[in-house]
Amino acid sequence: MIMNNSNSNATLTTVAGRECWVPTLQLAVNEVFELMLACPLETPAPPPAIPPLEEGLDITAMVGLAGMLCGMLTVRCSSKSATHMASRMLGIEPDKAGAEVWDAMGEICNMVAGNFKNKISGLGDGCMLSVPTVITGGDYNLHSPVNEEYRTVLLFEGQPLVLSLEVHN
Amino acid sequence: MDNIRALIVDDSSVMRKIVERSLRQAGLSLSQVLEAGNGAEALAAVQANKVDLILCDINMPVMDGLEFVKALAGVENAKGVPVVMITTEGSEGHVVQALSAGERGYIRKPFTSDQVKEHVLPVLAGK
Repeated sequence: MIMNNSNSNATLTTVAGRECWVPTLQLAVNEVFELMLACPLETPAPPPAIPPLEEGLDITAMVGLAGMLCGMLTVRCSSKSATHMASRMLGIEPDKAGAEVWDAMGEICNMVAGNFKNKISGLGDGCMLSVPTVITGGDYNLHSPVNEEYRTVLLFEGQPLVLSLEVHN
Repeated sequence: MDNIRALIVDDSSVMRKIVERSLRQAGLSLSQVLEAGNGAEALAAVQANKVDLILCDINMPVMDGLEFVKALAGVENAKGVPVVMITTEGSEGHVVQALSAGERGYIRKPFTSDQVKEHVLPVLAGK
């Protein structure tokens, strides 16, 4: 028996239509937060400067993409925000989240990456995802052969959540 | 549906807890919940225990969900046990692959408790 979820029909754009990728990324992350955390994200107005290198964005979750689209999706936020995300996902108090914070961040990044690629026509079958990696601390440099970068900043409980899709052509 | 013995397979412990909570919210009375972090652990779990329902991620380290479902065919304990895949890999190709591997249902992440209910109850009823 195969049943489709209500959000599975949202093939919005094509690999070629990259001008739509930032709104598609925003849609993908919003669906994850609405369905899994019962917490819609806000779009800041006016949009904050990009890149928003605010201090304290010290947790980064990463998922690699390979195949028709090669690159890396990262989700970055503060430890406090990550703790609140884990708390919402698990339905527990923030002070009980403990080590689940990293797992929750990885799973959020994984769901955003999967949801994003499933909205790009042709990518669902043509692009594989890695298991997620989570980095704590903000003082690092990530070096990868990036040809294009798509970034967006949304607000989770008023705090910045930075998404970046780095694409290697 | 009472006294369901469920096996939840996902490399994310957070997701395993969310799936368990969603099953309980769906009205299932779970008498036992086994957890596994990958297909190999899940295979060992079904060889050692009788379960009524398996919920399984696809993209996992060591042994992925599709390999696990294929391997499950050779496990006497698991004959006729419905498997529902819960995964980010929601493409048509993955659905076809999974169907040929013998699974019974497919839920795409992100999901709601209502979607788990909608997908799991018919699978259990048709067991």
